[in-house]
Amino acid sequence: MAYDYTPYPFVPPKGLSETEPRHPVVIVGAGPIGLSMAIDLAQRGIASVVLDDNNVVSVGSRAICWAKRTLEIFDRLGVGERMLAKGVTWKVGRNFHGEDEVFSFDLLPEDGHKYPAFINLQQYYVEEYLIQTALEFPELIDLRFKNRVTAHEDRDDHVLLTIETPDGSYTLEADWYIACDGAGSATRERMGLTFEGQTFEEQFLIADIEMKDSPFGEASVPERWFWFDPPFHAGKSALLHMQPDNIYRIDLQLDVDADGKAEAQEDKVIPRIKAIVGDKPFRLDWVSVYKFRCIKLDRFVHNRVVFVGDSAHVVSPFGARGGNGGVQDVDNLGWKLAAVISGQADTALIETYHEERSHGSAENILNSSRATNFMTPKTPAEALFRSEALRLAHDQPFARKLLNSGRLSLPCSLEGFALQTDGAAQVAPGHAMLDAPLTGPDGDTWLIEKAQGAFTLVGFGDVHLPDLAGLPRIGINQRADYPCYTATHGHAIRRYGSDIAYMFRPDGHVCAVFRNPTAEDVQAAIDTAMGRALETEA
Amino acid sequence: MTKIYPDRLSPQQDDFYNALMDAHAGLSDTQSHALNARLVLLMANQIGNLEILKDLMETGRSYCDE
Repeated sequence: MAYDYTPYPFVPPKGLSETEPRHPVVIVGAGPIGLSMAIDLAQRGIASVVLDDNNVVSVGSRAICWAKRTLEIFDRLGVGERMLAKGVTWKVGRNFHGEDEVFSFDLLPEDGHKYPAFINLQQYYVEEYLIQTALEFPELIDLRFKNRVTAHEDRDDHVLLTIETPDGSYTLEADWYIACDGAGSATRERMGLTFEGQTFEEQFLIADIEMKDSPFGEASVPERWFWFDPPFHAGKSALLHMQPDNIYRIDLQLDVDADGKAEAQEDKVIPRIKAIVGDKPFRLDWVSVYKFRCIKLDRFVHNRVVFVGDSAHVVSPFGARGGNGGVQDVDNLGWKLAAVISGQADTALIETYHEERSHGSAENILNSSRATNFMTPKTPAEALFRSEALRLAHDQPFARKLLNSGRLSLPCSLEGFALQTDGAAQVAPGHAMLDAPLTGPDGDTWLIEKAQGAFTLVGFGDVHLPDLAGLPRIGINQRADYPCYTATHGHAIRRYGSDIAYMFRPDGHVCAVFRNPTAEDVQAAIDTAMGRALETEA
Repeated sequence: MTKIYPDRLSPQQDDFYNALMDAHAGLSDTQSHALNARLVLLMANQIGNLEILKDLMETGRSYCDE
């Protein structure tokens, strides 16, 4: 069954008939990133207006691979469990060369995690779930479809937007303008910001097919299958993923000079699919031919305009670092923006969003460009090394690891950045939280459910946590006058060590560790993480 | 005879591969070929053990197309 794209209604906004009071936050773009941003802020009591020029969810499956860390963030936003239930769980990637399997990797070989390494779920479902969750905050999220921003003006302490609707145009003032308007960001274009980087000439064909029979061998286990020089598509590469509703994603590398329009026609696509799936009956669901670039903005923050997601950085799809990177942007920005708007932190904290996420995005770009370079050799020397690496990979373990069909999305470490307090621990300050199962008085739970969303001090083993006003504390494998849990099967202690306290930021990154935490030390770490030690603008 | 060698490049395998491609960037085929020869000689000197080098040559050779 093809997805039913029910349009969301256009409601004439107030601004058409009267001047609206200045809004704290306007989010431009109601894709996965803009919607996540609005929900994150709403959970912190911050109101936003979300503007989108369209009125349906993503047309086509587009982003389908959602990584573990992203799912943990989505858990906090209230859509993780729904995504997990609907999505196709996978963790193994297999690389083939010709007919032979040459290398496989397991992205999560251990248990004791609420979320798997990856799920595949079409972007339209993710957007649908996020919209439904956003609608649960009618007082805080003002979702406006068919509202297209045509101009915006930096007015120093706020931004003035001009918006076009089917009923005419109006203006809005916002303290903060969050640009979540995607790879082709009109906000970025209007501001004339340089967005240049490596452009890849190769074209790729994406075809989603609905098919009852699994193409994943006899065991029919959904995995990520990648071919270098497959028998059904000589000299090129191919990628296969399963999505819910018996939809399979097939990604085929095309010739550099292929005619993209012609390649997207059924008469060209169907024979290519048949070469892969044979006689199995299928229905073509969606086709797209694309090229890509690997680029990021020099600066993600321009006074009151903040770029989040694809508007700030784009990558090749190999490694699933686009959508996943964008959700991590939201995770990083949400608590900082809320702290600034509510007067708990200086605007300098927003600058750290740029520093930390620009670093994350550079790491994503490095990985995705290297994968793409490996997949598409540009010179005879590159082609020669690749073909010999593939040849050796049939039996040499080191050569298998050289095969790069995409290094899959992992959260970046923020180690060494200004908000973290230096310290040594199994999970060093800057690293994203590792999940672990816990048993408590109310039954089984997970660390990610207990220690995300707000600064949280967690004590593992024999370590006493001081009491600071407004700071949640959790004990693991200890008894105290704050909530305590047992590390189920010892996973939490094995991952974090014993007799040590960790301070988690609201986005789940470790910002400090303590062997003997005192109230003063803990307060100092919070002050550092809130940017109070940063040099503020004079 | 083909010998199987343990992996000693990871986790820096991508950094290495990228650096190798960068070393070849902008060279003609002939220049690339010559660079490869120089690299083999330099690496042989670094390995500095004839037995190991002979094994490596034999293993490399064993992959040649018939």
